[in-house]
Amino acid sequence: MAESIELSVNGARHRLTVDPDRPLLSVLREELDITGPKYGCGEAQCGACTVLVDGEPRRSCITPVSAVARKQITTIEGLAKDGKLHPVQEAFLNAEALQCGYCTPGMILSAVALLRSNPNPTDQQIISYMNGNICRCGTYPRIVAAIHEAARAMNGGRK
Amino acid sequence: MSQRYATYLTDRQELLSDPLYVPGVTRRSLLKAVGSGIVVLLTVKDVAAPADAQESGRGGRGGEGMPTKLGAWLHIGENGTVTVYTGKVELGQNIRTSLAQVVAEELRLSVSSIIMVMGDTDKTPYDVGTFGSLTTLTISPQLRRAGACARELLLELAAKRWGVDPKLLTLADGKVTERGGGRSIGIGELAGGQELVREIAADEPVTPPSEWKVAGTSVRKVGGLDYVTGKQKFISDLTLPGMLYGKVLRPASFGATLKSVDASAAAAIPGVTVVRDGDFVGVTAQDSYTAQKAIDAIRAEWNPSPQISDSELFADFRKQAGPSLADKQVDLAPGTKRLARSYTVAYIAHVPLEPRAALAQWDGDKLTVWTGTQRPFGVRSELARAFSIPEANVRVLMPCMGSGYGGKHTGECAIEAARLARKVGKPVKLTWTRQEEFTWAYFRPAGLIDVAAVVSDEGKLLEWEMHNYNSGPAAIRAFYDIPKQTAEAHAIRSPLRQGSYRALAATANQFARETHIDELAHLVGMDPLEFRLKNIADPRLRGVVDAAAKRFGWADRKPDAGHGFGIACGFEKNGYVATCAEVAVEGASRNVRLVRTVTAFDNGPVVNPNHMRLQMEGMIIMGLGGAIFEAIKFQDGKITNASLHTYRVPRFSDMPAIESILIDPKDKPTAGGGETPMIALAPAIGAGIFQATGVRLRALPLAPNGVPQADAPT
Repeated sequence: MAESIELSVNGARHRLTVDPDRPLLSVLREELDITGPKYGCGEAQCGACTVLVDGEPRRSCITPVSAVARKQITTIEGLAKDGKLHPVQEAFLNAEALQCGYCTPGMILSAVALLRSNPNPTDQQIISYMNGNICRCGTYPRIVAAIHEAARAMNGGRK
Repeated sequence: MSQRYATYLTDRQELLSDPLYVPGVTRRSLLKAVGSGIVVLLTVKDVAAPADAQESGRGGRGGEGMPTKLGAWLHIGENGTVTVYTGKVELGQNIRTSLAQVVAEELRLSVSSIIMVMGDTDKTPYDVGTFGSLTTLTISPQLRRAGACARELLLELAAKRWGVDPKLLTLADGKVTERGGGRSIGIGELAGGQELVREIAADEPVTPPSEWKVAGTSVRKVGGLDYVTGKQKFISDLTLPGMLYGKVLRPASFGATLKSVDASAAAAIPGVTVVRDGDFVGVTAQDSYTAQKAIDAIRAEWNPSPQISDSELFADFRKQAGPSLADKQVDLAPGTKRLARSYTVAYIAHVPLEPRAALAQWDGDKLTVWTGTQRPFGVRSELARAFSIPEANVRVLMPCMGSGYGGKHTGECAIEAARLARKVGKPVKLTWTRQEEFTWAYFRPAGLIDVAAVVSDEGKLLEWEMHNYNSGPAAIRAFYDIPKQTAEAHAIRSPLRQGSYRALAATANQFARETHIDELAHLVGMDPLEFRLKNIADPRLRGVVDAAAKRFGWADRKPDAGHGFGIACGFEKNGYVATCAEVAVEGASRNVRLVRTVTAFDNGPVVNPNHMRLQMEGMIIMGLGGAIFEAIKFQDGKITNASLHTYRVPRFSDMPAIESILIDPKDKPTAGGGETPMIALAPAIGAGIFQATGVRLRALPLAPNGVPQADAPT
């Protein structure tokens, strides 16, 4: 049965009456028209639906909306601040780390979470952390390069 | 089998023979649609039609008479905006960027000044579809001529206005200027108030690639910012006021027919409408979650029909094909050897990360559908047929999708969405689940390929015979110098629905041929590179082989223990490719890891080098999946690995070190590059596995469960 749930997405609060078991992905996309998180598999295998919940990456396709009530949810739409791109977004553009771009929001948010926990990752650490995100166009080498570039930028140019 | 869909297994040549649509555009209606200004038109004889009565010379332009078949057009409006209309679609291959580049080049503008209107059946001219590496081969040269034609026209207009010789004028930065710093006028001012329509000539003075300044450079992806900020809307992101979400009830197995259905529990869910139309059962709801619950609540019984399973597939193919070439008795001349082998490739899935999606809206008997397809005009025809309405009543738009790789040529999802929308009288969006995409889309065909070759003891190829059963004719003819050659593709029954795939049969035929070449080299005791060079005359093919081998260090390096090197080359869709691969066969698992690849590619002058490299990297990643581990499994009419945890696609951890070499000859025609660079990879990996282990693998995927201890049976 539907319940009243408060969601905080990209700094804005929303009060919704929804089935508490409904996946966060479906609520974001269909109730709030926040379509940056994408459906790719529905079983947390591809990472296209990745959002940040209190800074941690979560697969929104298998996260019941009730589990994230009153937590801070960040989607790709909320990553740039005051019109300024996040360094990871900048780096994806610079490295041309996308083709069709469907995986890109999930890739960027996963990369943001990685750099939050490990500001200076090695290739192997990037590969291991990002391995749950699929890019079917095969831009992985560019994404690894972009994450290194973002790390440099976020460390004030040092690495 | 009775439920077989129309087969879309086609070579690009066959697809080009589709009838061309005649839009019935008049000069007035065109100008009304795009606004006043200057329009340059490409007539269809330039596109594909073999015979067309239209004149393409400059005579007769500008009158009320219009060509009836148009390939593309370019408009310059009074604000100076240049808009290019093409029926091609952008799906990550970055043609929105590369096509804008060639137009910008001819008009001496920056890419950001060009607007590309693409893949909208009401706004763009007919296009057969975005596949077959045709965009850069055909549309790109046409748009170069369109740009050149518009440039010359602008110069003429300015010359007329000032009463000077056009030769004394130059076009740059959106302005026509008199040489030596005289008068200057913007292109918008020149176009303003004009109602000029000009046909493009065959001999427009295009800028040679050696002089390119915008084309030939690594311009960034057009609209890239929207992709990294989440602003870019894909098909599955689109909404309309009052829209409902749809879901469709799927049969329990392929070929099953509906025996009984009880949808009362679904219909009882608030907001749910059940749609029943023969065997078609679907629902609509306010959200996709509720729609899925409604589908799950439907009780349906199905009558199954017998189906071939994956374990029986190649035995069935062999039965249909007849005896293999190894069974043929041949008299051999002294000093020659004959080798006959059979190779197989499995069905694989495209797995576009965005599954099929469509948003359909009816207005009376007029239908508009936004859908993820590589063939908007083909889907328009399918919709018109499905609902018995004229094509003119159907509009299909493809603004942006999560790619296709040849897997989105068809309109089944569009038809389903439109079916639901018609019944409920509201716009309906339908997004297939991953499982549906894995099951009810189509696959790259499986294939059985027989090859027999006769070679002299000195390593000269003398005879070649090759038969491909089911997977198609692309790249089937050997590019080696062989005095006697037979190569044929044979259509046989396929248990699964099959269709196009990036590089399609070229991957299968290349795998068989290039593996056979590697086997022959070993048979006569020659190095596989040396053996190839001894049998290849084409200088462009030799060029890519040399370039890849040199960068790889073929002659100088020896593989580490457990590692192996392989090489393969190919020619397809006007592009030449060679790949060297280093593989590692790991420990007790004997899993294959691709360590390093070097690929050299010659597709003429490259329009965007960085995007070309990006494509090549992507194709190595995508190609290694089909080469090493991807295969669709099926039993009793069900796909048994219809999910991303059971069907493995390449991930970050599969990524090899990738080096790409662009030959980029400026004096050759430009060809496409989104397919051919992947076709030499699988045989190069197979040859590397052979070097590492001594085991010869003749089936794709090569080693889904590690390398076996012994050769596959031949």
